[in-house]
Amino acid sequence: MAGLPEHLLRRSAEAKAKATGRSVDEILAEMKGETPPAPATAAPTGESGSARDLTKEAADLGVPQDLLRRAMIARAKADGTPLPTEAGAAPAAAAAVAPVAAGSPAPMPAIPEGVRTQRLLTVVKAGSIQQTKREPADKVNTWPHLLAIEFVALLVLSGLLFVFSIYVDAPLLEFANFNQQPNPSKAPWYFLGLQELLSYFDPMVAGIIIPGYGLAALAFIPYLDRNPSVRPSDRKLAIMIFTFFVMGAAILTTYGSFFRGPGFNFTFPWVDGIWFDF
Amino acid sequence: MSGKDKGGVMSKLAETGKHIRSSQAWSSIFRPGSPFRDGYSDTPRNRSYVIMNNVLYHLHPVKVKRHGVRLSYTLCLGGMSFFLFILLTITGIFLMFYYRPTSPQAFLDIQALATDITFGQVVRNMHRWGAHAMVLTVFLHMARVFYHGAYKPPREFNWVVGIMLLLLTLLLSFTGYLLPWDQLAVWAVTVGSNMGRYAPVIGEQVSFALIGGTQITPDTLLRWYVLHVLFLPFIIVIFMAVHFWRVRKDGGISGPL
Repeated sequence: MAGLPEHLLRRSAEAKAKATGRSVDEILAEMKGETPPAPATAAPTGESGSARDLTKEAADLGVPQDLLRRAMIARAKADGTPLPTEAGAAPAAAAAVAPVAAGSPAPMPAIPEGVRTQRLLTVVKAGSIQQTKREPADKVNTWPHLLAIEFVALLVLSGLLFVFSIYVDAPLLEFANFNQQPNPSKAPWYFLGLQELLSYFDPMVAGIIIPGYGLAALAFIPYLDRNPSVRPSDRKLAIMIFTFFVMGAAILTTYGSFFRGPGFNFTFPWVDGIWFDF
Repeated sequence: MSGKDKGGVMSKLAETGKHIRSSQAWSSIFRPGSPFRDGYSDTPRNRSYVIMNNVLYHLHPVKVKRHGVRLSYTLCLGGMSFFLFILLTITGIFLMFYYRPTSPQAFLDIQALATDITFGQVVRNMHRWGAHAMVLTVFLHMARVFYHGAYKPPREFNWVVGIMLLLLTLLLSFTGYLLPWDQLAVWAVTVGSNMGRYAPVIGEQVSFALIGGTQITPDTLLRWYVLHVLFLPFIIVIFMAVHFWRVRKDGGISGPL
C-alpha cells in the first residue's frame, strides 16, 4: 500500500475485519504486505468435476438453486461438455433444501447475515450519444485567437456595407402598376438562372423538375457520397460534379442577368446596356 | 494648463476607474475571467474563463483547432452569414418603424425613407445590400463546406440543416423583395412566383395560399410582410440554433484536410 496514511489503512482494515470476521491486526498486516493473504474463510466451491454441490453453491452465492442449475446447463451446452450429473445433485438438493425451508440452522454462509451483495449481471459498454472522442489535436484558445479574427471580420464587413450604402442607393422604380408590365420583367437575381432555363424548357421542367431535383440532390449529397476521404485528390469525381453544377448555375444566372434584354432576348450588355436591377 | 495639473487629473481618473472596477456592481456584471474585470491577467486559465464564463460559451468552445482559425480555411463565410443576419435584423427593425404594408402607403413610406427620415435611406440601403450579400455568403459558405468535404460523417445532417437555411435565406430575400411595392418589386415577384405554380398537385394551392389569391395584389403585401418580418425569421432562428449546436456536437470545425 504505497504511502497510504495509517489511519485510512486502519479504517479500511476495520471494515474488512467486520465484514469477514477476521482480526483487524491480521488484515492490517496483510494489507501492508507483511504476510501472504490468508485463504478466504469460505472459498467459493471450485470446479469439482461435473458433480458440483448445487445446494452448497446456491447457499454460498445467495442464488436460487433452480437458477443456478439452469445456468450450469446452459454453460455446459455452450461449452459442449456433458451436463452436470443430476444423480448426485438432485437428492442432495432435495435433502438440503428441506432443512433450510424448515428454519433449522443452515450451514455457515460465506456472506454474513445482514450484508446485501450485488451481482454483476452484465457490463453495458458506455457508448456515447455524441462525439466525445478526443484525439490529440493542435488547438488554440478561442480567446483571443478566434474572437479577435471574428471581431475584425465583423468590423470590416459592417464598415464595407456602411460605406457602400452611403454611395449606392437601393433601386426604387415608380409605383407598382399592374397594367404595365416592364419589358423585360426579371425575377430577383438568384432566380435568374431558373428564369433563363424557363426560356429553353417547359415551365414544368424548368420551374419544378430541375430546381426540385436539384435541391433534393443537394440535400442528399452526404448520403450519396459514400467516400470517407476529405482529401481533394481522393474526391476528384465529387468535386468535378459539384463544380460543374455550380458553374452551370453561375453561367445561367450571369446570362439571365446581363445578356437578356427586352422580350428576354439575347443582348450584349456593352451594346444595348444592362437590363438588370438588384 | 501645466503638465503637473494634467498629471493630477489623469491619476485621479485612473483612481476613479480602479475604484469603479473594484466595486461590487462591476464585478457582478463581469464574471471571473472577464478581461474587463479588475486584476485580469493574460493567463491560460483566464483565456479559458473568457469563453467559459460568458454567454459566448453557447457558440464557441474554449479551444478550437488551430487550422480552423486560419482565415483561408473558412473565409469567415458562415460567421459573416450569421453576422449579416443580425445586421439585417437590426436594420429591419429600424425600417419597421416607418413602414406600413398597405397599398399605396408602402411605396410612399419607402420614398419617405429617402426624404423625411434621418438615416432612412442609408439604413434601407444597408438592408438591401446586406440581404443580397447574405444570399451570396450563404451560398459561398455551402460551396466552401462542400470543397472541404465537411458534410461527411458525422456532419451529414448538419449539411441538410444548412440546405434548409439556404432555402430560408432565399425565401426571406424573396419575400422582402416585394415590400417596396414599386414596379421592380411587383414584377420580379410576379415572374418569380409564377415558376412555382407549375408544381404538380399542390402548385396551385400553395401558390394561392402564399400570394393570397391568383395573382399579386395588395393582400399579398400584408401576407409577405408577416412572412418576412416574423414567420421566416422565427423559423430560420430555430434552424440556425440547431445548425450551430450541431457544429459543436459533431466535433467542431472539420478538417484539417
